[in-house]
Amino acid sequence: MELKRPLPTPRTPEAKPYWDGLKEGKLMIPKCNDCGHVHFYPRIVCPSCHSRNIGWTQASGKGKLYSFEIAHRSLNPAFKIEAPYILAMIELEEGPRMMSNLINIDPDPAVVKCDMPVEIVFEKQNDDVTIALFQPAS
Amino acid sequence: MKELSNSVCIVGVDESDEVGKQPDVSQLSLHLQASLNAIADAGLKVSDVDGIFTAGQHSPATLGEALGVNPRYVDGTSVGGCSFIIMVGHALLALHHGLCDVALISHGESGRSGTGVTRGRDTSLSGQYEMPYGFGGAPTYFGMITNRHMHEYGTTLEDWAKVAVSTRAWAGLNPKAMFRDPITVQDVLDSRPMFYPFNLLNICLVTDAGGAVVLTRADRAQDCAKKPVYVRGAGEGTDHVLVTEMEELPLSVATRNSGKKAFEMAGVSHGDFDHIMLYDAFTSGPPIMLESLGFCEPGEGCSFFDAGKSDPGGSLPINTNGGGLSYTHSGMYGIFPIIEAVRQQRGECGDRQVPGASLSLVNGMGGMLSAAGTIVLSNQK
Ligand SMILES: [Zn+2]
Repeated sequence: MELKRPLPTPRTPEAKPYWDGLKEGKLMIPKCNDCGHVHFYPRIVCPSCHSRNIGWTQASGKGKLYSFEIAHRSLNPAFKIEAPYILAMIELEEGPRMMSNLINIDPDPAVVKCDMPVEIVFEKQNDDVTIALFQPAS
Repeated sequence: MKELSNSVCIVGVDESDEVGKQPDVSQLSLHLQASLNAIADAGLKVSDVDGIFTAGQHSPATLGEALGVNPRYVDGTSVGGCSFIIMVGHALLALHHGLCDVALISHGESGRSGTGVTRGRDTSLSGQYEMPYGFGGAPTYFGMITNRHMHEYGTTLEDWAKVAVSTRAWAGLNPKAMFRDPITVQDVLDSRPMFYPFNLLNICLVTDAGGAVVLTRADRAQDCAKKPVYVRGAGEGTDHVLVTEMEELPLSVATRNSGKKAFEMAGVSHGDFDHIMLYDAFTSGPPIMLESLGFCEPGEGCSFFDAGKSDPGGSLPINTNGGGLSYTHSGMYGIFPIIEAVRQQRGECGDRQVPGASLSLVNGMGGMLSAAGTIVLSNQK
């Protein structure tokens, strides 16, 4: 099957638990063992207290749509999802924000609203990669 | 910090021979044209240059080699389009301490035609965490900041459109501007949808252009060809790189920090400026920059673009060259607002001259408000 999206590249060693978690239907995010701060994207130092003692926690997969854009075209030839589609910045209920797409909703600013509650949808790309998409919370 | 204020002047500025569509001029040639033109504008010789500052694909070493100069001082700070504004501060320090005597800041970018360009940029984070969802290209990110501003402050599409209208009115007075015909708010709202909340006329041009700025210490500046323009203050800052890491989406910490430092060095406050240049990659940029710099409360930045304020003949002219929106935007736009501010301070701007301009603010961003540079320029000490 032809891929509609560019695969995440390069996947880095420090992000392995994140990508492994998605394959198993879990949203794993880094959590500082010293100060408890949860961050995203994965990195080897806590951006809050600068400790290197980083562990992982399973996020609920719930959050809100912090901001969004409705894309009427793509600037990346490797991204082949038909426009219009929704570029989404998700704020997880644990705090960190991540980029994604909001799906299963009409791409219309009259219905898509900042701060609307959303939940994760796991979308398998191939045997190696599953990504986190979001839809309006049920 | 105060002893740095007024210690250095901008003595030469210019663009490449032409800006806009330049498919027959390589990126390196855009650099060299702008550099030679700016050095000539200063009444100096290439051999006088001993400090080279540049950002983008070509290193200061490449530029030195091409010009036939072995610089005593180089700076390749690359934090996005504002790098050249930040370099004014870096040149100020180097000149003040005698690490170089004549500093050249150069920009050249074949952003539209790609002539003499090799592609390649750092996608180590965006490739992993953003591109699978269709991100890539500045509009896919800056719209996030813009939409959150609309959500928090009730800003409307009409509000952003006013920025495009005012800037286009200035472009009509600049013979070098790519688009010069007047537009209305309705024209902006009716232009092609790109990435909501942006239509085509909310987004900057893509052009081929070079620009350069030459600086020297204030004592030597008196012997140059043109009236010296004093660097009264300079500041810089960085914050996030990924927009998801931005603390408060509609406000820029980097911008705030860069402005605070520049104003402090210059000993000026917001009400002192009679001319403002802001990096307008998008219509929402300048209002958000004014808010982040503390010119107004968050959410009120668009009011600076009401008729009779920012536009020609207005009470506080903004982006008098026609901006990245209508004059030129090669990619890393930051050199061009400096050039315009210097020309305004010299009184060289003809139809678009701001009468009696004596204090210009130049503020620009790198990336998505990720980095910022602010400088304060004046024709008087
Ligand atoms: Zn910590």
